[in-house]
Amino acid sequence: MLSPTHVSAVDSGPVNESHLVQLAQQGDFSAFEKLVQQLQPRVLRLAYRILGQTQDAEDVMQQTFLTVIEKIDTFRGESLFSTWVLRIATNFALKILRTKSHEKILDRSSDEDSYESIPFPEFISQWKEQPSQLVENQELKDFLDKAISQLDEKYRVVFVLRDIEGLNTEETANTLGITESNVKIRLLRARLELREKLTRYLGDESKKIPLDHPHRPK
Amino acid sequence: MTSEELLQALNHVIDDETAMALYEEFAQEFDECNPCHLVVDNIRKTIQLFKAGQPYQMPDKFYQQFRMILTQKWKEKFPNAVIDS
Repeated sequence: MLSPTHVSAVDSGPVNESHLVQLAQQGDFSAFEKLVQQLQPRVLRLAYRILGQTQDAEDVMQQTFLTVIEKIDTFRGESLFSTWVLRIATNFALKILRTKSHEKILDRSSDEDSYESIPFPEFISQWKEQPSQLVENQELKDFLDKAISQLDEKYRVVFVLRDIEGLNTEETANTLGITESNVKIRLLRARLELREKLTRYLGDESKKIPLDHPHRPK
Repeated sequence: MTSEELLQALNHVIDDETAMALYEEFAQEFDECNPCHLVVDNIRKTIQLFKAGQPYQMPDKFYQQFRMILTQKWKEKFPNAVIDS
């Protein structure tokens, strides 16, 4: 077993996440720093997308990695380390949301959604530009910020975990304490609401599909 | 197919790579203005945009302070750790 005072093994070449975690658990700060460098952009993005405030996002990032240090020896590899860290970050972000809202916005059990309440797509058209042509557009970045901030928190959190950070349905359900079925329904609602907003903004008006297509409810 | 069933199916198609491959097989039969195809395509592009890049750049000043706080915490956790400044 390595002593905490050993020369870091991180500098000797590329290492994978689980090896870095092992080294960090033995006190290797360089290994921990590598993990922070890898995960910090994701933690910051997750917190910013959930909370919409840079100050809050930075607070979440700091609290998250301090907690990771405290609990790193309890990590047993039952999930990816990155998933474990994102779960910690999500819990801090939800705590801030709850404090600010003073409401049970993310109630864990009593708020089962259904597919029947999901609005059908209205503005259907192809986009005028591809995402790769748009990612550096500041006006669009501002629009994305606004669009996601207008989503109800319970839908926004699911969208961030599932579609932005790539947690699977089970991991998302466990993180939020809701059923997998509810994850799927909330995710669909979030996707459709965001799609509607972005397609109204980026869609080609001249190629808009009329609303009499046969899949629409009568 | 009801509208609710269709929405569930679209959700599944976006999530599942195997389903996506199957969908793309039959999607070739659609012309480019097919509404279902477009909705799925719009959603996939929406996700791509939200996944791309960082929403904002973390200030250097904050990062320096952040690193200092982590270093102090690490020393508390592992008192014998060697930390390069």
